[in-house]
Amino acid sequence: MNSIIACHDCDLLLTLPELEMGVVAECPRCGAFLRRTQFNSLNRTLGWVSAGLVLYVIAVSFPFLSMTTKGISKTTALTSGIVVLYQQNMAGMGAVVLVTCLLAPLFSMLSLLYVLAPLRLGYRFPWAAQLFAWYLRLRPWSMMEVYMLGILISMVKLTKMALVIPGPSFYSFIGLIFVLAASSVSLDPHLVWSKLAKAHRVHQEWYPLFRFTHEKS
Amino acid sequence: MTGRKAGLISCHTCHLICPCPDLPSPEFHQCPRCGTRLRVRKTNSIPRCWALVLASFILYLPANLVPITTTTVLGRPSKSDTIMSGVIYFLDSGSWYIALIIFIASVVVPLMKLFILTFLLTSLHFGWDWLPLERTRLFRLTELVGRWSMVDIYVVTILVALVRFGAFANIEAGPGAAYFAALVILTMFAAESFDPRLIWDRMEDHNA
Ligand SMILES: [Zn+2]
Repeated sequence: MNSIIACHDCDLLLTLPELEMGVVAECPRCGAFLRRTQFNSLNRTLGWVSAGLVLYVIAVSFPFLSMTTKGISKTTALTSGIVVLYQQNMAGMGAVVLVTCLLAPLFSMLSLLYVLAPLRLGYRFPWAAQLFAWYLRLRPWSMMEVYMLGILISMVKLTKMALVIPGPSFYSFIGLIFVLAASSVSLDPHLVWSKLAKAHRVHQEWYPLFRFTHEKS
Repeated sequence: MTGRKAGLISCHTCHLICPCPDLPSPEFHQCPRCGTRLRVRKTNSIPRCWALVLASFILYLPANLVPITTTTVLGRPSKSDTIMSGVIYFLDSGSWYIALIIFIASVVVPLMKLFILTFLLTSLHFGWDWLPLERTRLFRLTELVGRWSMVDIYVVTILVALVRFGAFANIEAGPGAAYFAALVILTMFAAESFDPRLIWDRMEDHNA
Protein backbone atom coordinates (compact mmCIF):
# COMPACT_ATOMS: atom_id res chain seq x y z
CA MET A 1 0.00 0.00 0.00
CA ASN A 2 1.40 3.41 -0.94
CA SER A 3 1.13 6.22 1.53
CA ILE A 4 1.51 9.94 0.98
CA ILE A 5 3.89 11.77 3.29
CA ALA A 6 5.65 15.12 3.35
CA CYS A 7 9.39 15.10 4.04
CA HIS A 8 9.93 16.33 7.62
CA ASP A 9 13.04 18.29 6.62
CA CYS A 10 11.97 19.92 3.32
CA ASP A 11 8.17 19.42 3.12
CA LEU A 12 8.33 17.72 -0.30
CA LEU A 13 5.19 15.65 -0.94
CA LEU A 14 6.07 12.02 -1.65
CA THR A 15 4.37 8.72 -2.18
CA LEU A 16 6.09 6.19 0.04
CA PRO A 17 5.73 2.81 -1.67
CA GLU A 18 5.52 -0.50 0.16
CA LEU A 19 9.20 -1.13 0.88
CA GLU A 20 11.07 -4.39 0.85
CA MET A 21 12.51 -5.52 4.18
CA GLY A 22 15.55 -3.55 5.31
CA VAL A 23 15.34 -1.01 2.48
CA VAL A 24 15.95 2.59 3.52
CA ALA A 25 13.71 5.30 2.07
CA GLU A 26 15.31 8.72 1.74
CA CYS A 27 13.90 12.02 0.53
CA PRO A 28 15.01 12.52 -3.12
CA ARG A 29 15.37 16.26 -2.60
CA CYS A 30 17.12 16.68 0.76
CA GLY A 31 18.27 13.16 1.64
CA ALA A 32 16.30 13.01 4.90
CA PHE A 33 15.85 9.55 6.38
CA LEU A 34 12.18 8.64 5.93
CA ARG A 35 11.73 5.01 6.77
CA ARG A 36 13.42 1.65 7.07
CA THR A 37 11.25 -1.44 7.18
CA GLN A 38 12.25 -4.10 9.67
CA PHE A 39 11.82 -7.82 9.58
CA ASN A 40 9.45 -8.86 12.41
CA SER A 41 9.68 -5.36 13.87
CA LEU A 42 7.12 -5.61 16.70
CA ASN A 43 8.35 -8.90 18.14
CA ARG A 44 11.99 -7.95 17.95
CA THR A 45 11.43 -4.56 19.57
CA LEU A 46 9.36 -6.17 22.33
CA GLY A 47 12.11 -8.71 22.95
CA TRP A 48 14.77 -6.03 23.27
CA VAL A 49 12.56 -3.91 25.52
CA SER A 50 11.85 -6.82 27.90
CA ALA A 51 15.57 -7.61 28.10
CA GLY A 52 16.24 -3.92 28.66
CA LEU A 53 13.82 -3.74 31.61
CA VAL A 54 15.55 -6.67 33.34
CA LEU A 55 18.97 -5.09 32.81
CA TYR A 56 17.61 -1.75 34.04
CA VAL A 57 16.42 -3.27 37.32
CA ILE A 58 19.85 -4.88 37.84
CA ALA A 59 21.62 -1.64 36.88
CA VAL A 60 19.80 0.50 39.45
CA SER A 61 19.76 -2.00 42.33
CA PHE A 62 23.33 -3.38 42.47
CA PRO A 63 26.72 -1.73 43.19
CA PHE A 64 27.99 0.21 40.21
CA LEU A 65 31.67 1.02 40.84
CA SER A 66 33.96 0.47 43.83
CA MET A 67 37.09 2.48 44.43
CA THR A 68 39.92 1.61 46.80
CA THR A 69 42.73 3.97 47.70
CA LYS A 70 45.14 3.91 50.66
CA GLY A 71 43.12 1.20 52.40
CA ILE A 72 39.77 3.05 52.23
CA SER A 73 37.17 1.70 49.87
CA LYS A 74 33.99 3.26 48.57
CA THR A 75 31.11 1.60 46.71
CA THR A 76 28.63 3.60 44.67
CA ALA A 77 25.34 2.87 42.97
CA LEU A 78 24.23 4.27 39.62
CA THR A 79 22.09 6.82 41.47
CA SER A 80 24.75 7.95 44.00
CA GLY A 81 26.04 10.77 41.82
CA ILE A 82 22.59 12.32 41.63
CA VAL A 83 22.16 12.18 45.43
CA VAL A 84 25.61 13.69 46.00
CA LEU A 85 24.91 16.50 43.52
CA TYR A 86 21.71 17.24 45.42
CA GLN A 87 23.64 17.37 48.73
CA GLN A 88 26.15 19.77 47.17
CA ASN A 89 23.35 22.22 46.23
CA MET A 90 23.46 21.24 42.55
CA ALA A 91 19.91 19.90 42.43
CA GLY A 92 19.28 21.28 38.94
CA MET A 93 22.23 19.47 37.47
CA GLY A 94 21.28 16.33 39.39
CA ALA A 95 17.81 16.57 37.85
CA VAL A 96 19.32 16.79 34.36
CA VAL A 97 21.33 13.61 34.97
CA LEU A 98 18.31 11.90 36.54
CA VAL A 99 16.07 12.66 33.55
CA THR A 100 18.56 11.93 30.76
CA CYS A 101 20.10 8.74 32.20
CA LEU A 102 17.41 7.13 34.33
CA LEU A 103 13.89 8.48 33.75
CA ALA A 104 13.92 8.95 29.96
CA PRO A 105 15.23 5.42 29.23
CA LEU A 106 12.78 3.91 31.73
CA PHE A 107 9.88 5.86 30.25
CA SER A 108 10.81 4.81 26.72
CA MET A 109 10.93 1.12 27.63
CA LEU A 110 7.69 1.17 29.63
CA SER A 111 5.81 3.13 26.99
CA LEU A 112 7.00 0.81 24.21
CA LEU A 113 5.90 -2.20 26.26
CA TYR A 114 2.48 -0.65 26.91
CA VAL A 115 1.95 0.26 23.25
CA LEU A 116 3.51 -2.71 21.44
CA ALA A 117 2.52 -5.70 23.57
CA PRO A 118 -1.26 -5.28 23.03
CA LEU A 119 -0.66 -4.12 19.45
CA ARG A 120 0.97 -7.45 18.62
CA LEU A 121 -2.40 -9.07 19.37
CA GLY A 122 -4.29 -6.37 17.48
CA TYR A 123 -5.41 -4.35 20.49
CA ARG A 124 -4.86 -0.79 21.51
CA PHE A 125 -4.87 0.34 25.13
CA PRO A 126 -6.17 3.79 26.15
CA TRP A 127 -3.71 6.63 25.47
CA ALA A 128 -1.47 4.30 23.44
CA ALA A 129 -1.14 6.79 20.55
CA GLN A 130 -0.36 9.72 22.85
CA LEU A 131 2.18 7.63 24.76
CA PHE A 132 3.89 6.57 21.54
CA ALA A 133 3.98 10.21 20.41
CA TRP A 134 5.69 11.11 23.70
CA TYR A 135 8.14 8.26 23.22
CA LEU A 136 9.12 9.68 19.81
CA ARG A 137 9.41 13.21 21.20
CA LEU A 138 11.55 12.22 24.19
CA ARG A 139 13.91 9.99 22.23
CA PRO A 140 16.70 12.62 21.90
CA TRP A 141 16.71 13.14 25.68
CA SER A 142 17.67 9.59 26.54
CA MET A 143 21.46 9.76 26.70
CA MET A 144 22.72 6.54 28.23
CA GLU A 145 25.39 6.02 25.58
CA VAL A 146 26.86 9.44 26.39
CA TYR A 147 26.86 8.46 30.08
CA MET A 148 28.83 5.35 29.13
CA LEU A 149 31.53 7.50 27.53
CA GLY A 150 31.56 9.59 30.73
CA ILE A 151 32.12 6.43 32.79
CA LEU A 152 35.04 5.37 30.62
CA ILE A 153 36.66 8.81 30.87
CA SER A 154 36.29 8.99 34.66
CA MET A 155 37.69 5.47 35.00
CA VAL A 156 40.79 6.50 33.06
CA LYS A 157 41.10 9.51 35.34
CA LEU A 158 40.65 7.55 38.57
CA THR A 159 42.76 4.46 37.82
CA LYS A 160 45.78 6.76 38.03
CA MET A 161 45.15 7.36 41.74
CA ALA A 162 43.10 4.40 42.91
CA LEU A 163 41.87 0.92 42.11
CA VAL A 164 38.44 1.00 40.42
CA ILE A 165 36.39 -2.21 40.37
CA PRO A 166 33.20 -2.42 38.27
CA GLY A 167 30.19 -4.03 39.98
CA PRO A 168 27.29 -6.07 38.49
CA SER A 169 25.38 -2.87 37.77
CA PHE A 170 28.24 -1.67 35.57
CA TYR A 171 28.05 -4.69 33.26
CA SER A 172 24.27 -4.66 33.00
CA PHE A 173 24.45 -0.93 32.24
CA ILE A 174 26.76 -1.61 29.29
CA GLY A 175 24.38 -4.34 28.12
CA LEU A 176 21.44 -1.98 28.53
CA ILE A 177 22.99 0.60 26.19
CA PHE A 178 23.30 -1.97 23.40
CA VAL A 179 19.83 -3.37 24.06
CA LEU A 180 18.27 0.12 23.96
CA ALA A 181 20.07 0.89 20.71
CA ALA A 182 18.84 -2.41 19.24
CA SER A 183 15.26 -1.70 20.34
CA SER A 184 15.25 1.70 18.70
CA VAL A 185 16.78 0.34 15.47
CA SER A 186 14.30 -2.53 15.21
CA LEU A 187 11.34 -0.21 15.80
CA ASP A 188 9.48 0.98 12.69
CA PRO A 189 7.28 3.94 13.76
CA HIS A 190 5.39 3.93 10.42
CA LEU A 191 4.31 0.35 11.04
CA VAL A 192 3.26 1.15 14.61
CA TRP A 193 1.11 4.09 13.49
CA SER A 194 -0.61 2.10 10.75
CA LYS A 195 -1.23 -0.80 13.14
CA LEU A 196 -2.53 1.56 15.83
CA ALA A 197 -5.05 2.93 13.33
CA LYS A 198 -6.38 -0.57 12.60
CA ALA A 199 -6.23 -2.00 16.14
CA HIS A 200 -9.30 -2.71 18.27
CA ARG A 201 -9.70 -0.19 21.03
CA VAL A 202 -9.81 -1.66 24.51
CA HIS A 203 -12.72 -0.02 26.26
CA GLN A 204 -13.07 0.75 29.90
CA GLU A 205 -15.74 -1.90 30.49
CA TRP A 206 -13.19 -4.53 29.47
CA TYR A 207 -10.49 -3.27 31.74
CA PRO A 208 -11.84 -1.79 34.99
CA LEU A 209 -8.32 -0.46 35.58
CA PHE A 210 -8.71 2.11 32.85
CA ARG A 211 -12.11 3.40 33.90
CA PHE A 212 -10.81 6.98 33.97
CA THR A 213 -10.54 7.12 30.17
CA HIS A 214 -13.34 8.30 27.95
CA GLU A 215 -12.88 6.77 24.53
CA LYS A 216 -15.14 7.55 21.64
CA SER A 217 -15.71 4.49 19.53
CA MET B 1 5.09 20.10 -4.83
CA THR B 2 5.33 20.74 -1.12
CA GLY B 3 2.85 20.11 1.68
CA ARG B 4 2.52 23.84 2.35
CA LYS B 5 1.57 24.62 -1.28
CA ALA B 6 -0.89 21.72 -1.43
CA GLY B 7 -2.57 22.97 1.76
CA LEU B 8 -1.46 19.92 3.73
CA ILE B 9 0.20 19.71 7.14
CA SER B 10 2.51 16.89 8.04
CA CYS B 11 2.13 16.07 11.74
CA HIS B 12 5.41 16.88 13.45
CA THR B 13 5.38 13.73 15.59
CA CYS B 14 3.75 10.97 13.55
CA HIS B 15 4.07 12.41 10.01
CA LEU B 16 0.40 11.91 9.17
CA ILE B 17 -0.73 14.15 6.32
CA CYS B 18 -3.68 16.29 7.39
CA PRO B 19 -5.64 18.91 5.44
CA CYS B 20 -4.77 22.45 6.50
CA PRO B 21 -7.45 23.55 8.96
CA ASP B 22 -9.19 26.78 7.96
CA LEU B 23 -11.03 26.97 11.25
CA PRO B 24 -11.21 30.17 13.29
CA SER B 25 -8.46 28.97 15.63
CA PRO B 26 -6.04 26.68 13.81
CA GLU B 27 -3.72 26.72 16.86
CA PHE B 28 -6.00 24.28 18.59
CA HIS B 29 -6.22 21.82 15.74
CA GLN B 30 -4.82 18.47 16.77
CA CYS B 31 -3.47 15.55 14.75
CA PRO B 32 -6.26 12.94 14.70
CA ARG B 33 -3.73 10.13 15.04
CA CYS B 34 -1.36 11.19 17.85
CA GLY B 35 -2.85 14.36 19.36
CA THR B 36 0.07 16.67 18.50
CA ARG B 37 -0.91 20.26 17.77
CA LEU B 38 -0.85 20.74 13.98
CA ARG B 39 1.31 23.53 12.60
CA VAL B 40 2.41 24.19 9.04
CA ARG B 41 5.83 25.25 10.38
CA LYS B 42 7.23 25.24 13.90
CA THR B 43 5.74 28.20 15.81
CA ASN B 44 8.01 31.27 15.94
CA SER B 45 10.88 29.10 14.82
CA ILE B 46 13.27 31.93 13.89
CA PRO B 47 12.86 34.28 16.90
CA ARG B 48 12.79 31.38 19.33
CA CYS B 49 15.94 29.88 17.84
CA TRP B 50 17.73 33.27 17.87
CA ALA B 51 16.87 33.78 21.54
CA LEU B 52 18.15 30.34 22.52
CA VAL B 53 21.33 30.74 20.45
CA LEU B 54 22.11 34.13 22.01
CA ALA B 55 21.46 32.82 25.52
CA SER B 56 23.77 29.87 24.78
CA PHE B 57 26.55 32.15 23.53
CA ILE B 58 26.33 34.08 26.80
CA LEU B 59 26.38 30.85 28.85
CA TYR B 60 29.34 29.52 26.88
CA LEU B 61 31.77 31.82 28.71
CA PRO B 62 31.00 30.88 32.35
CA ALA B 63 30.54 27.24 31.31
CA ASN B 64 34.14 27.14 30.10
CA LEU B 65 35.79 29.57 32.55
CA VAL B 66 34.15 28.77 35.92
CA PRO B 67 35.46 25.63 37.72
CA ILE B 68 33.39 22.49 37.16
CA THR B 69 35.02 20.58 40.05
CA THR B 70 36.92 21.48 43.22
CA THR B 71 39.20 18.88 44.78
CA THR B 72 39.70 19.05 48.56
CA VAL B 73 42.66 17.18 50.07
CA LEU B 74 42.97 16.95 53.89
CA GLY B 75 40.20 19.48 54.39
CA ARG B 76 41.79 22.16 52.18
CA PRO B 77 40.71 23.03 48.64
CA SER B 78 43.72 21.95 46.61
CA LYS B 79 42.67 22.68 43.04
CA SER B 80 39.78 23.78 40.88
CA ASP B 81 39.29 22.34 37.42
CA THR B 82 37.65 24.01 34.45
CA ILE B 83 36.86 22.13 31.25
CA MET B 84 40.14 23.25 29.68
CA SER B 85 42.26 22.31 32.69
CA GLY B 86 40.70 18.83 32.48
CA VAL B 87 41.78 18.61 28.85
CA ILE B 88 45.31 19.75 29.80
CA TYR B 89 45.43 17.22 32.64
CA PHE B 90 44.78 14.35 30.23
CA LEU B 91 47.31 15.75 27.73
CA ASP B 92 49.99 15.93 30.43
CA SER B 93 49.26 12.45 31.73
CA GLY B 94 49.68 10.97 28.27
CA SER B 95 46.03 10.13 27.49
CA TRP B 96 45.88 12.41 24.48
CA TYR B 97 42.90 10.53 22.99
CA ILE B 98 40.79 11.23 26.09
CA ALA B 99 41.95 14.86 25.99
CA LEU B 100 40.84 15.00 22.36
CA ILE B 101 37.40 13.46 23.10
CA ILE B 102 36.72 15.94 25.92
CA PHE B 103 38.02 18.88 23.88
CA ILE B 104 35.82 18.03 20.89
CA ALA B 105 32.71 17.13 22.93
CA SER B 106 32.84 20.02 25.40
CA VAL B 107 34.59 22.90 23.64
CA VAL B 108 34.29 22.39 19.87
CA VAL B 109 30.83 20.82 19.52
CA PRO B 110 28.78 23.44 21.46
CA LEU B 111 30.59 26.30 19.72
CA MET B 112 30.28 24.67 16.30
CA LYS B 113 26.59 24.07 16.92
CA LEU B 114 26.02 27.70 17.86
CA PHE B 115 27.96 28.99 14.83
CA ILE B 116 26.07 26.67 12.47
CA LEU B 117 22.70 27.78 13.86
CA THR B 118 23.75 31.45 13.67
CA PHE B 119 24.80 30.92 10.06
CA LEU B 120 21.53 29.15 9.18
CA LEU B 121 19.43 31.84 10.87
CA THR B 122 21.40 34.57 9.08
CA SER B 123 20.91 32.80 5.76
CA LEU B 124 17.15 32.73 6.40
CA HIS B 125 17.17 36.37 7.47
CA PHE B 126 18.68 37.48 4.15
CA GLY B 127 16.60 34.98 2.18
CA TRP B 128 19.60 33.29 0.56
CA ASP B 129 18.56 30.48 -1.73
CA TRP B 130 21.86 28.78 -2.49
CA LEU B 131 22.94 25.31 -1.35
CA PRO B 132 19.73 24.28 0.45
CA LEU B 133 20.86 20.65 0.53
CA GLU B 134 24.17 21.49 2.24
CA ARG B 135 22.46 23.79 4.73
CA THR B 136 19.93 21.06 5.60
CA ARG B 137 22.85 18.65 6.13
CA LEU B 138 24.55 21.15 8.43
CA PHE B 139 21.36 21.33 10.49
CA ARG B 140 21.18 17.53 10.73
CA LEU B 141 24.78 17.50 11.93
CA THR B 142 23.92 19.83 14.84
CA GLU B 143 21.06 17.54 15.85
CA LEU B 144 23.30 14.48 15.69
CA VAL B 145 26.35 15.62 17.68
CA GLY B 146 24.77 17.94 20.27
CA ARG B 147 23.99 15.23 22.82
CA TRP B 148 27.67 14.18 23.13
CA SER B 149 28.48 17.51 24.81
CA MET B 150 26.78 16.13 27.90
CA VAL B 151 29.76 13.85 28.55
CA ASP B 152 31.58 16.23 30.91
CA ILE B 153 28.46 16.60 33.04
CA TYR B 154 28.42 12.84 33.50
CA VAL B 155 32.15 12.71 34.29
CA VAL B 156 31.55 15.24 37.08
CA THR B 157 28.57 13.22 38.36
CA ILE B 158 30.66 10.05 38.58
CA LEU B 159 33.66 11.79 40.14
CA VAL B 160 31.65 13.43 42.93
CA ALA B 161 30.00 10.08 43.71
CA LEU B 162 33.26 8.11 43.85
CA VAL B 163 35.79 10.51 45.34
CA ARG B 164 34.26 11.03 48.79
CA PHE B 165 36.82 10.04 51.37
CA GLY B 166 35.75 12.42 54.11
CA ALA B 167 38.68 14.42 55.51
CA PHE B 168 41.17 12.69 53.22
CA ALA B 169 40.01 13.64 49.73
CA ASN B 170 36.81 14.99 48.23
CA ILE B 171 35.60 16.25 44.86
CA GLU B 172 32.79 18.79 44.75
CA ALA B 173 30.87 19.97 41.70
CA GLY B 174 31.46 23.63 40.90
CA PRO B 175 29.01 26.19 39.45
CA GLY B 176 30.68 25.83 36.03
CA ALA B 177 29.12 22.38 35.73
CA ALA B 178 25.65 23.84 36.20
CA TYR B 179 26.35 26.52 33.56
CA PHE B 180 27.61 23.82 31.25
CA ALA B 181 24.54 21.60 31.74
CA ALA B 182 22.33 24.63 31.04
CA LEU B 183 24.38 25.39 27.91
CA VAL B 184 23.96 21.89 26.49
CA ILE B 185 20.22 21.87 27.18
CA LEU B 186 19.71 25.33 25.65
CA THR B 187 21.61 24.35 22.48
CA MET B 188 19.50 21.19 22.21
CA PHE B 189 16.33 23.27 22.50
CA ALA B 190 17.75 25.73 19.97
CA ALA B 191 18.33 22.96 17.41
CA GLU B 192 14.87 21.57 18.15
CA SER B 193 13.20 24.94 17.55
CA PHE B 194 14.86 25.42 14.17
CA ASP B 195 12.68 24.38 11.23
CA PRO B 196 14.79 23.19 8.24
CA ARG B 197 11.75 23.45 5.97
CA LEU B 198 12.13 27.23 6.10
CA ILE B 199 15.37 26.85 4.08
CA TRP B 200 13.38 25.24 1.26
CA ASP B 201 10.44 27.66 1.59
CA ARG B 202 12.71 30.66 0.85
CA MET B 203 14.08 28.88 -2.21
CA GLU B 204 10.62 28.14 -3.57
CA ASP B 205 9.38 31.66 -2.90
CA HIS B 206 12.29 32.93 -4.99
CA ASN B 207 11.58 30.52 -7.85
CA ALA B 208 7.88 31.29 -7.89
ZN1 LIG C 1 13.21 16.14 2.15
